[in-house]
Amino acid sequence: MSLILVNLIDGLVTGLLLFMLSSGLTLIFSMMGVLNFAHASFYMLGAYFGYQISTYVGFWPGLVIGPVLVGVIGALIERYGLRRVHQYGHVPELIFTFGLALLIEEVVQFFWGKGQIAFNVPESLKFALFTISGNAIPAYKVFMIFCSMGIFLVLLYILTRTRVGMVIQAALSYPNTVEALGHNVPMVFMGVFGVGTALAGIAGVIAGPTVGVFPGMAIQLGSIVFVTIVVGGLGSLWGALVASLLIGWITNFAAAYSFRFSTIFEWLGLERPANMAESLLRDAWTLTFPQIGPILPYLLMILILVLRPYGLFGKREV
Amino acid sequence: MSTVAPSEAARKGPVNWALLLPWLAAIVFLAVMPLIFASNSALTIMNQMAITIVFALAYNMLLGQGGMLSFGHAVYMGLGGFFCVHLMGYVENYEWQIPTPILPIFGGLFGLIFAIVIGLFSTRRAGTVFAMISLGVGELVAACSLIVVAFFGGEEGVSGDRTMGPTVFGFDFAQKIEVYYLTAIWLVISALAMFFFSRTPVGRLANAVRDNPERAEFVGYSARFVRYYSFCASGFFAGIAGGLFAINFEILTEENLNLVTSGSVLLVTFLGGIGFFVGPIIGAIVFTLLQTVMSLYTDIWQLYLGGLFVLTVMFFPRGLAGLLFMHWRPHQLGKLGTLVVPYARMFVPGAVMILGFAGFLETAFHARHAAQGNEVMKLFKFEFLQYDSHSALPWILFVAMMVAGAYGCRRLAPGLKAAWDEANTARSA
Repeated sequence: MSLILVNLIDGLVTGLLLFMLSSGLTLIFSMMGVLNFAHASFYMLGAYFGYQISTYVGFWPGLVIGPVLVGVIGALIERYGLRRVHQYGHVPELIFTFGLALLIEEVVQFFWGKGQIAFNVPESLKFALFTISGNAIPAYKVFMIFCSMGIFLVLLYILTRTRVGMVIQAALSYPNTVEALGHNVPMVFMGVFGVGTALAGIAGVIAGPTVGVFPGMAIQLGSIVFVTIVVGGLGSLWGALVASLLIGWITNFAAAYSFRFSTIFEWLGLERPANMAESLLRDAWTLTFPQIGPILPYLLMILILVLRPYGLFGKREV
Repeated sequence: MSTVAPSEAARKGPVNWALLLPWLAAIVFLAVMPLIFASNSALTIMNQMAITIVFALAYNMLLGQGGMLSFGHAVYMGLGGFFCVHLMGYVENYEWQIPTPILPIFGGLFGLIFAIVIGLFSTRRAGTVFAMISLGVGELVAACSLIVVAFFGGEEGVSGDRTMGPTVFGFDFAQKIEVYYLTAIWLVISALAMFFFSRTPVGRLANAVRDNPERAEFVGYSARFVRYYSFCASGFFAGIAGGLFAINFEILTEENLNLVTSGSVLLVTFLGGIGFFVGPIIGAIVFTLLQTVMSLYTDIWQLYLGGLFVLTVMFFPRGLAGLLFMHWRPHQLGKLGTLVVPYARMFVPGAVMILGFAGFLETAFHARHAAQGNEVMKLFKFEFLQYDSHSALPWILFVAMMVAGAYGCRRLAPGLKAAWDEANTARSA
C-alpha cells in the first residue's frame, strides 16, 4: 500500500512536469497548427540557464530569470524564424522546428559541453518533508508539485477569466475576425509562443536538479511530450493534463513493479524452453515490466491514433 | 497536363536522349570513380555515399513525392539491414546458399513487409498525424531493439560476415573494391526503379495526393491507398539500403534504428532539395563530403551543419537542387555567363564573413573547453594557424572579418539582385 502511495506521488511529479511542457505545446499547436518539435529543447535551455544563473545568484532568481530568457528567445524565434517559414506550409514548419531542435542541442554542447552538469537542489529544500512507512519524500518533490499546480491554475485563470485570455481564445478559432476587430493577432501569436516556451523553461529549471542536466535531456523527454498531447487530443488543455498524469503514472508504476511475463506464460500452461540460449522466444520469457515501461507511452499513442484519432479529449482529428 | 510527357517523348523519337544521357553519365561516373580515388578510405566514403543516396531517394518518395514527413524512416532501413545480417549468419552457420550480391533484395522484402503492416494505420492521414505516428513507431522499434535481444542483439547489435556466401563469378567480396561495385550496381538499379516508379500512374497520383488530396478523391482515387502504395515502395527501397549497409559494415546496432538516423536522412534529403528527383542524390553526396571533411578539421561540425540546415529551411526551402535549377532560365536565355562576375564579387565578402564567424566560434569553443593551461589552439587543426585563444587579438580580428564581410555583402547585394533580374529577363539590355 505504501509503495503504491510513493509511486502515486512520483507519478504525479513526472506527470505534472510533462504537463508544463505539453500545455504550452498544445496551446502553440491549436494556435498555429504546427507541432513545435523544439519544445523540449526550450525545456533543456531552461535547465541550462537555470543552472548558469544559479551559479551566480542562486537558485531562486534562476527560477525567474531563466524561464524569462527562454521565453524571450522563443518569441524571437517565432518572430524571425517560424513566421518566415509559415508561408511554405505546415510540413516545412515542422521541419524547421526539427532543425531548431538539432541546432539548440549543438549550441548547448558548444557552451556547456557533452557531459552532465551538477545542478543541485537548493539548500533550503534539501530535507525530507515526511515519510511514508520508511520512504522519505523530499521537500523538493512537494515543491515541484505545488509549483506546477500553481502555474496550471494561473494559466487557467488567465485563459478563461481575463480579457487577454479571451482575445487569445478568440484568436485561436477566428484569427481573421479578431484581427478585423483591431487586435494585433501576430503579436498574440508571438506572445503565446513566448509564454509556452517560458513554461517549458520553468519545467526545465524545476526538473534540472532531479533528472540531471545533459544535452540529451531534450530528446529523452521530447518524444514523450508529443505522445502526451496526441493522446490527450491536440489543442485540448484538459486532455494534456489527463494524458500527462496518465503517462506519468504508467511509466512510474511500470518501473516500480518487477513483474515477470514468464509467470503469465506458466499460468497459461506453456513450458519453459529447456535451452534458453537457443530458443527464439527467450526474450519473451525473460521480459519484465520495468523493461517494457519506456515503450508503453508509444504503444498507448499508436492505440489511440488507430482507435480514436481525436485523442482522449480532442474535438478535431489530429 | 498529363498528356505533355508522352507527346514530348514521342517528338524526340524512340530513344529519349535527354532522359537517358544523365543515367549513362552517372553509370560511367560510378565506374570510373574508384580508378581515381583508389584508397580504402575513399572507397569507404563512396560506399557510404551510395547507401545514403539509396536511403535518401527512398525517403524522398515519401517526403518529396508523397508529401509525408516521416520521423522514423530509419526503422525500415534498419530492419532490412538486421534481417540481412541474420541471413549472413545463416549462410555462415547453416550453409544456406544465398550469394551476397542478392542479399539486399531480402532486406528490401523485409522492409516491405513491415511497411505493409505499419502503413495500414499510419498512412490514413498525411501531414502532422503521419509525422507523429512515424515518430511513435520509430521510438517504439528503437526501444524494442534493447528488449528483443534475439533479433536485435541488444546493446552490441548483431554482426555477420559477407565473405561466407557462395562466390559469384569468382568474387567473394573480401576486397573493398568488390563491395564498391556491388553497391554501385545496386545504387543504379534502385535509383532507376525509383525513378520509373515516380513516372508510373501511382507515382503521378502520389504527387496529386500530396498537392490536393481532396481533388484526387473527387476524381475517384483513394488518397489513403495512394499514400499506402508510396509508403510500401519507400519501405522496400529503404530495406535495400539497409541490406547494402549490412554488406558494407557487417554490423547493425540500435543506432541504425533511432531518431538520430531518421533525422539525418531528413536533413540529407531536405538539404538536397525535396522537389527534385536528383535532390536527395546531391544532398547525400554533399552531406557525406561535408561530414567527412568537416569532422577532420573541426570539433563543432555538427553545429555548423545544424545551422546550415535551419538556414536552408528558412531561406532555400527548395534545397541545393532548387538553387541549381533556379539557373535554368538564365541558361535558356543564354545569360548564365553574365552572372559569373557578380557571383565572384559576392563570394569574396561572403567567404570573409563566414570564415570570420567560424573562426570566432572555434576560438570561443577552444577558450571555453580546452584543458587548463592549454591555451594555444590550432585553427581548423592547421599547424601554421597557431595562436593563443585567450588573447584579444584573434577575437578582434574575427569580429572585424565578420563586420567587414557583412558590410561588403550588404553593399554588393543590390548589384547582385539587379544582375539576377537582368539575367532572368528575355529582353536584351
